[in-house]
Amino acid sequence: MALDNDTVHTIARLARIKIDPSEVARTRGALENILDLVAQMGAVDTTGIEPMTHPFDATMRLRADEITETNQREKFQAIAPSTQRGLYLVPKVID
Amino acid sequence: MTITTLVQLAADLDSGKRSSVEITQDYLARIKQSEHNAFISVNEELALNQARAADQKRASGDRSALLGVPVAQKDIFCIDGTQTTCGSKILENFIAPYTATVVENMQAQGVVSMGKTNMDEFAMGSSNETSYFGGVRNPWSTVDKNLVPGGSSGGSAAAVAAQLAPAATGTDTGGSIRQPAAFCNLTGIKPSYGRCSRYGMIAFASSLDQAGPMTHTAEDAALLLNTMAGFDAKDSTSLNVEAEDFSKSLNDSLEGLKIGLPKEFFGDGLDSEMATIIETAVKQFEALGASIKEVSLPNSHLALPSYYVIAPAEASSNLSRFDGVRYGHRADQYTDLVDMYTKTRTEGFGEEVKRRIMIGAYALSSGYYDAYYSQAQKLRRLIANDFTSAFEDCDVIMGPTTPGPAFEAGSRTDDPVAMYLNDIYTIPANLAGLPAGSIPAGFTASGLPAGLHLITPYLQEAKLLNIAHKFQQATDWHTRIAPSAIGGKA
Repeated sequence: MALDNDTVHTIARLARIKIDPSEVARTRGALENILDLVAQMGAVDTTGIEPMTHPFDATMRLRADEITETNQREKFQAIAPSTQRGLYLVPKVID
Repeated sequence: MTITTLVQLAADLDSGKRSSVEITQDYLARIKQSEHNAFISVNEELALNQARAADQKRASGDRSALLGVPVAQKDIFCIDGTQTTCGSKILENFIAPYTATVVENMQAQGVVSMGKTNMDEFAMGSSNETSYFGGVRNPWSTVDKNLVPGGSSGGSAAAVAAQLAPAATGTDTGGSIRQPAAFCNLTGIKPSYGRCSRYGMIAFASSLDQAGPMTHTAEDAALLLNTMAGFDAKDSTSLNVEAEDFSKSLNDSLEGLKIGLPKEFFGDGLDSEMATIIETAVKQFEALGASIKEVSLPNSHLALPSYYVIAPAEASSNLSRFDGVRYGHRADQYTDLVDMYTKTRTEGFGEEVKRRIMIGAYALSSGYYDAYYSQAQKLRRLIANDFTSAFEDCDVIMGPTTPGPAFEAGSRTDDPVAMYLNDIYTIPANLAGLPAGSIPAGFTASGLPAGLHLITPYLQEAKLLNIAHKFQQATDWHTRIAPSAIGGKA
């Protein structure tokens, strides 16, 4: 399956990954090979087949709406790249 | 020199011949001595503290089966207060703030964790070569050929095969326990999906990921799985079934066992030497009273294509959490929030992980969902239905674990699809969620191990282990020591 360079950049943007211009051709080739492998799927008629999302077709378990976790904010934030007064710091989003 | 099993270590501990501290120190010394790069980190202090605690528990009457036995943990399991990298630069400095349920379960039984084993980055790989922490040397490598241990649980496999640990944990999304077990002459079990909790096990493809034991023998695998498995309310897909002793039927007779051989597992692409080894192994089962029947899994050729949609799609979603905000690597320089995410991920992820995230993002993107993800899930049902039909005629399905033996490092890194073909026989069991395992079945002319693949119906791990154990009682392949193992003849 052929991809163009714009599509490669679009996929990379969706994935929040940057592809170096010198790597685009190689990345495109690798993605095309994988999509060629995957393309075999299209030949199968799956009309009326229910998608299988989970090996046991189990539905999500429900539980009582109770607090089960304790607040460990300090412990969890100790491993964060940047925090201040209990908040995670990121670059400014709104001026 | 022969293999050291968990059973032997447990007997030594039980009789007082050796203490947990002594055994753990011995293995820690071996790890230091080894040059396999099997471990990403070793935590001696934690290991010896656990060993001391185990010795005290024994002194006060605790007789848990594996109390005080040291093992290695794949570096995909979070252990509170210790480095947990998942083989990635993005988690190089990540100190887990909690412990995976599987590890907690093991610790509650007094199993000692010595360190964290090397692995393909985020468990994506079949050779351990995608690890940020470098490749792992297969202990079966020859003087002139550096072979891969398989992957993604390559460090765990190498650690056990090199006798740096008597057993290790692994995880298996498409073959990551069974393929390295086959490459390193071990017993590796992927239990039914949901048997072992995924809580604290860094997610790759959540509908496929499953933890399991990697050991020398089926008997050991049963004992280790006993300590790992169990219902966990913290994992929404954990199986709420009654706890069972996976060792309970190890010695049952195989008289009347019906073995199904799917013709699809013996077709083009299978190395002829491997085919012969597997046929010989199957004959051994006939001598043990089993009968052979040809079965068919007509959709198995669709397993690899559907897997390479489902696994990357789930991975692209799971790995979106690595954005440099709450934990892990963050880029130094960035202009805005999106730039920070992008630089962090571009710097932090390796090539294979990026490829799979992009395939997943593409398959899930607007306009492609039905053709890719939904179609893959429909094929997944067809593949699972094939197993249901096949098991009407047989008790176990057998075949080769891999198309060929361990290959040379660097020989397949340029062609991702060629690498993916390694898992062609193992992936169907993940898609269907079935228990499956690989056991040592013989050696090629050049002395490399070959694995026999076993698949049983849902929740029949005990049956699978019984079949594997009886085979190991009748053969000695699993007792062979790798040339560069501690005690091996390099």
